Amino acid sequence: MLNLVFKTGAATNSLIRYIGQLTILWSQTVVLALTPSFKGRRSLIQANRIGPGSFIISALVAFFVGMIIALQMAYQMVQLSAEIYIPKIISVALTRELAPVLTALIVAGRIGAGIAAEIGSMTVTEQVDALKAFAVNPVKYLVVPRFLGLIVMLPVLTMLSDIIGIWGGYIICVYKLHISHEMFWKMVFSALAMKDIITGLVKTIFFGMIIAIVGCHQGLNVHGGAEGVGKATTAAVVRSFILIIMTDCLITFIFYFLLNV
Amino acid sequence: MIEILNLYKAFGTQMVLNNLNLAVRRGETKAVIGRSGVGKSVLLKNIVGLIKPDSGSIKINGVEVTNLNEKAYDKLRMEIGMVFQGGALFDSMNVGENVAFVLDEFMNLDKKTVRDRVADALALVGLKDVQHMMPSQLSGGMKKRVSLARVLCMEPQIILYDEPTSEVDPITAAAINHLIIELRDKLKVTSIVVTHDMNSAYQVADSIAMFYRGQVIADGTPQDIRNSTHPVVQQFIHGQADGPITEDESLIFGHIK
Ligand SMILES: Nc1ncnc2c1ncn2[C@@H]1O[C@H](COP(=O)(O)OP(=O)(O)OP(=O)(O)O)[C@@H](O)[C@H]1O
Ligand SMILES: [Mg+2]
Repeated sequence: MLNLVFKTGAATNSLIRYIGQLTILWSQTVVLALTPSFKGRRSLIQANRIGPGSFIISALVAFFVGMIIALQMAYQMVQLSAEIYIPKIISVALTRELAPVLTALIVAGRIGAGIAAEIGSMTVTEQVDALKAFAVNPVKYLVVPRFLGLIVMLPVLTMLSDIIGIWGGYIICVYKLHISHEMFWKMVFSALAMKDIITGLVKTIFFGMIIAIVGCHQGLNVHGGAEGVGKATTAAVVRSFILIIMTDCLITFIFYFLLNV
Repeated sequence: MIEILNLYKAFGTQMVLNNLNLAVRRGETKAVIGRSGVGKSVLLKNIVGLIKPDSGSIKINGVEVTNLNEKAYDKLRMEIGMVFQGGALFDSMNVGENVAFVLDEFMNLDKKTVRDRVADALALVGLKDVQHMMPSQLSGGMKKRVSLARVLCMEPQIILYDEPTSEVDPITAAAINHLIIELRDKLKVTSIVVTHDMNSAYQVADSIAMFYRGQVIADGTPQDIRNSTHPVVQQFIHGQADGPITEDESLIFGHIK
């Protein structure tokens, strides 16, 4: 019993320490992103790696999720003859919650893992040491461009997922549930307020930060060769997933109870 | 000028540097020899501040660096070039970009000047027309030389070489030895050359320091080292499998039962 208490204590301790380390890296990144010299090209290169490659996958997922929500809703709503409300539900659920989270998870899997692996292998081959020896700050050189690339590209990808997901719902609603084209869009736009889209996009900025900081932190702290890089990559994905979901819950809480949006 | 006093560094319970003392005068080339794993690379990393010592003092050009803040250290690092043991080339950049790294990062030079300086630096290490190649396409010795060219491009006052002639053929090794001597004679570069290659140490060094068990056990001119009566030094410079070093570690090499 006492053992269990100790174990929980130790786990909490290391969790707090981990969050502390992430916060330190985050604040260094923000400060360095705002101090000259600015190398916009590096961020563009990163954004270019993140965006186009992730677009197809996130679009595909959003499209199918839009269809799935429509079908699952239809299962219940048809009994109440309320299928006319399905477009509303699809658009709100997608923009506020599903598109931001699913896109973030996809990008965490694709890009977060890539960041951890790339920076991790630079760490074990002493390239990060070489940067320091050349008086270049590795956070400025490696973390800042990835951070900026992600907080710009993730909202963009999410916005595209919003649109494509709603089109997924459209297919089911119009061709299967026989809601008219005009009616579908009328219902979508009557339900969607600007705040739904904005709250969704605000979340993704936080998710982007999480993916960048967790991935870079794992990469910079690799120990022990190729095996270490592998472990860091796995940890980057798992930890980003957990932190994204936890942050999502927290932000939704804040939006709902404190800001009433 | 580099002055190291009572430097102590342990990793966990493993003590690597044990109150080590070493002084390198301005314009001097100091060779550092010693068994694999005695902490030669760790010493170089302490000098550039990649590893912080547990205690002791390191002075570079009179400045105590062990408690220096990063900004002031970075200023100093601009004057120190380090050739890493494994090359540490940036593998997302081609050779040209690697060699031009410091120029691109800190100096606003036009493209042609950069290209010329890169070509000059590569020529110094005996490489030509490799600018477009990626590090993964290079041989071990080529990587080492590109890494040296990258350091030469920044024109440092102090160069720390971590085994510059390992992995290269005897002819290239001789050329690199010659280059190290020229850098000292013509540009008054102060350097530390970590090496296992006794020929190279005798050729390039003004003085040679031998590390053993975290300390410098012998330090003197190549002649002094050759004539040293210290049994550990004797075993090392003559490369004998039997002797005090191996007895000490109760290791028996090369005997098949
Ligand atoms: N980052 C580190 N963490 C833990 N131990 C380390 C670290 N770096 C070096 N060591 C240990 O310090 C000791 C000295 O290592 P170092 O790399 O300096 O050896 P070396 O003298 O350069 O050997 P070689 O000639 O083989 O390059 C080794 O036993 C090594 O295990
Ligand atoms: Mg070494």
